[in-house]
Amino acid sequence: MKKLVVIGAGMASGRLLEQLFEAAPGEWHVTLFNAEPRGNYNRLMLSPVLSGEKTYEQIVTHDADWYAAHGVDCRFGEPVVRIDRANRAVYSNAGGAPYDALVIATGSAPFIIPVPGRDLPGVVTYRDLEDTNAMIEAGVAGKDAVVIGGGLLGLEAAAGMAARGARVTVVHLMGHLMERQLDPAAGYLLQRDLERRGIKVHCKGATKAILGHGQAEAVLLEDGTVHPADLVCMAVGIRPEVRLANDAHLEVERGIVVDDALRTSDPHIFALGECVEHRGQVFGLVAPLYDQAKVLARTLLGEEAAFRPVQTATKLKVTGCDLFSAGDFAEGEGREDIVFRDPGRGIYKRLVLENDRIVGVVMYGDTADGNWFYGLMKDETDVGEMRDTLIFGPAFQGGAKLDPMAAVAALPPEAEICGCNGVCKGAITDAVLNGATTLEAVRACTKASGSCGTCTGLVEQVMKLTLGDGFVAPAPAGMCKCTDHSHEDVRRLIRSMGLKSIPAVMQELGWKTVGGCHSCRPALNYYLLAEYPLDYRDDRQSRFVNERNHANIQKDGTYSVVPRMWGGVTTPSELRAIADAAEKYAVPMVKVTGGQRIDLLGVKKEDLPHMWADLNAAGLVSGHAYSKGLRTVKTCVGSEFCRFGTQDSTGLGIRLEKLLWGSWTPHKVKLGVSGCPRNCAEATCKDVGVVCVDSGYQISVAGAAGMEVKETEPLATTPSEDEAVEIITAFVQLYREHARYLDRPYKWVAKVGLDWVREQIEDVPTRRALVERFEISQSVYRRDPWAEHSTTTETPKWAPLADLTLEAAE
Amino acid sequence: MTVFIDIGALEDIPRQGARVIRTAQGCVAVFRTMDDRVFALDDRCPHKGGPLSEGIVHGDRVTCPLHNWVFDMNSGTAQGADEGAVRTWPVRVEQGRILISAELVSRPRAA
Repeated sequence: MKKLVVIGAGMASGRLLEQLFEAAPGEWHVTLFNAEPRGNYNRLMLSPVLSGEKTYEQIVTHDADWYAAHGVDCRFGEPVVRIDRANRAVYSNAGGAPYDALVIATGSAPFIIPVPGRDLPGVVTYRDLEDTNAMIEAGVAGKDAVVIGGGLLGLEAAAGMAARGARVTVVHLMGHLMERQLDPAAGYLLQRDLERRGIKVHCKGATKAILGHGQAEAVLLEDGTVHPADLVCMAVGIRPEVRLANDAHLEVERGIVVDDALRTSDPHIFALGECVEHRGQVFGLVAPLYDQAKVLARTLLGEEAAFRPVQTATKLKVTGCDLFSAGDFAEGEGREDIVFRDPGRGIYKRLVLENDRIVGVVMYGDTADGNWFYGLMKDETDVGEMRDTLIFGPAFQGGAKLDPMAAVAALPPEAEICGCNGVCKGAITDAVLNGATTLEAVRACTKASGSCGTCTGLVEQVMKLTLGDGFVAPAPAGMCKCTDHSHEDVRRLIRSMGLKSIPAVMQELGWKTVGGCHSCRPALNYYLLAEYPLDYRDDRQSRFVNERNHANIQKDGTYSVVPRMWGGVTTPSELRAIADAAEKYAVPMVKVTGGQRIDLLGVKKEDLPHMWADLNAAGLVSGHAYSKGLRTVKTCVGSEFCRFGTQDSTGLGIRLEKLLWGSWTPHKVKLGVSGCPRNCAEATCKDVGVVCVDSGYQISVAGAAGMEVKETEPLATTPSEDEAVEIITAFVQLYREHARYLDRPYKWVAKVGLDWVREQIEDVPTRRALVERFEISQSVYRRDPWAEHSTTTETPKWAPLADLTLEAAE
Repeated sequence: MTVFIDIGALEDIPRQGARVIRTAQGCVAVFRTMDDRVFALDDRCPHKGGPLSEGIVHGDRVTCPLHNWVFDMNSGTAQGADEGAVRTWPVRVEQGRILISAELVSRPRAA
């Protein structure tokens, strides 16, 4: 077998190997070197990994089995250091490999701007999984991050870090963001959207230095501005990685020079990907790289093939920022613009025409017609006839209905659907007719929507056109292995189908297991009790042990007992009762908690109801320290005693706790009420925090102080305590009705957006309705579970069913 | 031949739940499934000693409450990627009463 050595396991070389093995298995024996200690993964998907929406495992494109099946000798984590052209061999520090043909696919390296401080710890680039993990591990939540570079990569890095709770500033040298893909108007809309999501944008900002002592602390700009930065991400651009080729004396300009067959100046050496230069052009987007892979595979199999770059369209993979750009949109003689603006909805569309042909497309806010314009541009269609209505898209041409399906139906078979992989409509239709009836199957045989994924909806529409009603669009990932339905779907179907029990849900929604699992059962139980507080009966057996036993299980199987202390206030008689209980049941440890109450640790299960009965007798009730529900309301002493206090924070805390206690929520809920901005109750890292000021109450939400630390964000300010209570109640109910089970409020708010939450709460009828629904639920759940489980009929159930050691003794 | 002794009524155990019995050989968890089958397993997860009797019962499986190991109650073997097993004990239901192997009454023989 002929020997092929490939240097670099990126997306281009991965595609090359696929093409090669598919066309002629057994023709080449492949040795694959990669500097990264892993094989091929989908680099376009690094931004979802950074934002936490995906994991590395989900973006792997070729796993160990695939390499093994094709006999690839994987040399991962072994950077090649030398190419010996005379003897046709490459060497890493660990050893060499001879080749008959060599493919250089070393990709690109991030460009580091030569400013002082660029070597400080905390300065990273954003190019591969190491960079991504470095940003994740730096724990950006609550920290300041500066991204230098407002292009595609920089903005994705910024959005990813913002999603992880960082305060992000983007510093961009040019006058508007993504100036290579967007015109100033679209750049402005993008900037506005990013700023609404809390990302600061500083355009015309030239970085002068990165400041810090032993660690990045701030970024200094030429104009004197200083942006604080615990983390600095450089994303100003890339340059082809050509060092190996230079050392081997191959012809190198900006990139490694290749001809149409992707051959370098050495006939046995080829190159593809971001490291090459072809007819003076270098490449950064994936679509032309995949074209190169196709061509090179044919070259290696001795066929005639020539690489011809085509214009590619750009989309930004940042949720909520919908933009599309293709072609050339600089103004010039003979060029005309068609512009559509809808400022209210933040929509901007611009077509640049030359000789009645589209030469450039920029769209922001509504990009549904992007591919149609792009098709007209690529085919150089004469648009003179439809010029008057062109900007309104395909739906307005030829009287077609305003229906996305009709638009897709109108596309010719050669219309490109997937830009990354160059898959046309006809290829998808053929695949479907040949039996690929699921999205996964279509992806497997055509690659359509397999890279960046933004065309998934289009691919599904083509499938639906071909399959008719037989096609069901796939749901997002299922809530657990028992079902393909997502949490959101299950919740929606519980509501719309009127499903009122766990067996009914499992039956009607086609659960794949008998009785579900430890993951879906507690979620279903919660969704049902939240939806039908009066009809549904809480299923104890579907609860995690702590909620079933109303106490926290410890590592040795004993439990902890935490009585409620309203607003952290107690009395001598309560303390006496707690002390008595601790002694009576020989509690090994009594500890003060962070939530201003007392924890009795190490209680045996059979003692629980007895201890509860004793505590109940002194007026103490469950503190729900174990529940996905209201935990504590932490307070400071406020105006009653403190010389700085502005309002009765203790009283408000107690009022809130008496209102909210006993309610079940998707995850635990902690509140804090501080009597003045000194914030002694640490209210601004709680799920809901109130800071009292002279003029009233500042309510903020979505804080965190656990694995992540995050300051709350302002929800509302009100002069009235009653209104503060109403707003907080409505927020808790909104969270109960909408959040996915086990999402804390800060995670949920990040998903739906604080603006949306604010809209619901600010609208008085909506707010009142939320409060009303909360009260209906509380009419069932605002009661002490300890009292219910310490009755004479219930208490025996906490003891062993039988004690055979006694029988043995007899 | 296994000798069985009566430890209580089936109704004493909630469906999809468990009760513990103390025995000379340690605590044993007696489970009742949704369809009224009964299983008896040592109440000690081989991983970190978690009380399986407090786990969520689903089908004929139980999930340990401490770290979510899942066991097949028929065989006592851990499912998925986890490796290990808990001892199972002969148990059956007759006329609404739960009968368990009498070997649990006697102390384990010194090995």
